[in-house]
Amino acid sequence: MKSITIYGPGCKKCETTEAMVREAATRLGLRVDVEKVSDVKSIALAGVMSTPGIAVDGKLVHAGGLPETSKLEQWLSA
Amino acid sequence: MTTETQGISHRHEMPDWVWYLSVLAAAVIWWLVYGQLIPLSEWVTSLFPVARDSHTGSAIAFFAYDVPKVLMLLTAIVFVTGVLRSWFSPEKTRAILAGKRQIWGYPMAALLGVLTPFCSCSSVPLFIGFVSAGIPLGVTFSFLIAGPMVGPVGLGLLYGLVGWKIATIYLVFGFTIATVSGYVLGRMRLERYLQDWVRALNAGPVGDLPEEKLTPIERIKIGLEQVREIVGKVWIWVLVGIAIGAAIHGYVPEAMMLKIMGGEAWWSVPSAVLIGVPMYTNAAGVIPIAEALLGKGAALGTTLAFMMSVIALSLPEMIILKQVLTLRLIAIFIAVVSLGILATGYLFNFLL
Repeated sequence: MKSITIYGPGCKKCETTEAMVREAATRLGLRVDVEKVSDVKSIALAGVMSTPGIAVDGKLVHAGGLPETSKLEQWLSA
Repeated sequence: MTTETQGISHRHEMPDWVWYLSVLAAAVIWWLVYGQLIPLSEWVTSLFPVARDSHTGSAIAFFAYDVPKVLMLLTAIVFVTGVLRSWFSPEKTRAILAGKRQIWGYPMAALLGVLTPFCSCSSVPLFIGFVSAGIPLGVTFSFLIAGPMVGPVGLGLLYGLVGWKIATIYLVFGFTIATVSGYVLGRMRLERYLQDWVRALNAGPVGDLPEEKLTPIERIKIGLEQVREIVGKVWIWVLVGIAIGAAIHGYVPEAMMLKIMGGEAWWSVPSAVLIGVPMYTNAAGVIPIAEALLGKGAALGTTLAFMMSVIALSLPEMIILKQVLTLRLIAIFIAVVSLGILATGYLFNFLL
């Protein structure tokens, strides 16, 4: 099971990103563990400068803006 | 697995030439409609049962002309900037600035502040990302001031509504204020006024993202997404701003405006700043007001000062920054930027 971390201070885009991740996982039939990090300090410490950021298994794969669905599926199924 | 993924993510993608053709067609239609806005707005105004030259009539005409004009300009500008900004990212900007410790780090930061896409909701992670990469505090401030102050939305609207001369003045002075304020703040050695936990971070982590290669179509899509997001968010401010502008245009007598916002009274510039700082709106909302003020004979310096303080210094932004800066540092920051704005205001009232 992959663990996905979403970094975002709670703006609308961050919530949309979380929903997109869950949707993509359901579509792919994968079980994922989604964690949301909204504390700015932790966001900054993770090296994310533009939110929302996404990390898969602790590795940052995306920062800034909504992810593209096709890329999201790629990260989840990689 | 691969085939499955492809089957799922497949969408009806248009061929590239359809994209290019659509953008071109949209540009042509935009141009044709934009050229017809005056007759269009006069026609709309004539539908109201009021005399064209009455107070109400001229307020309605102002509103009916400015609303479509501003919204169309905004759409075009946000699209073009969205596409341009797809070449920049906070990560790239940080890499560029991290190497610049010399004096020209400041103008460079101001320039990148204009070109780098970032939303105020991520200004804290961005601030930390910069400071932890060893970018001097002053340079970081230049970046943070220039971003909102010399935003493309504001410049484009100034250009469209008030004319290229004032847009250029605004650009040059906005840029100068960002550069000089950053430099002054940098010289003041304010690192000790950062919040403790920020100071504790010395060599911070650098998130290394794989560089993304975007196709032209993807850049167009980014532009469209920006339009949806930004225009979708600011249109209400535009309407409110234009409504206030229309009221000023139709009802406020010129003599009164000259008395309050004319260049004669020494207190007109500072009071414009005092009113401007706590005002929560954005470039799109304040520029129609500035247009009406100037039209009624308000002094250029006073109006510039008002606009700049509304756009560059906003309370919500300060509250966000409170997480990394102490109150004292925020106060110094506001004071330095306000001084720059005051100086600009006085300069133009004095020159003209």
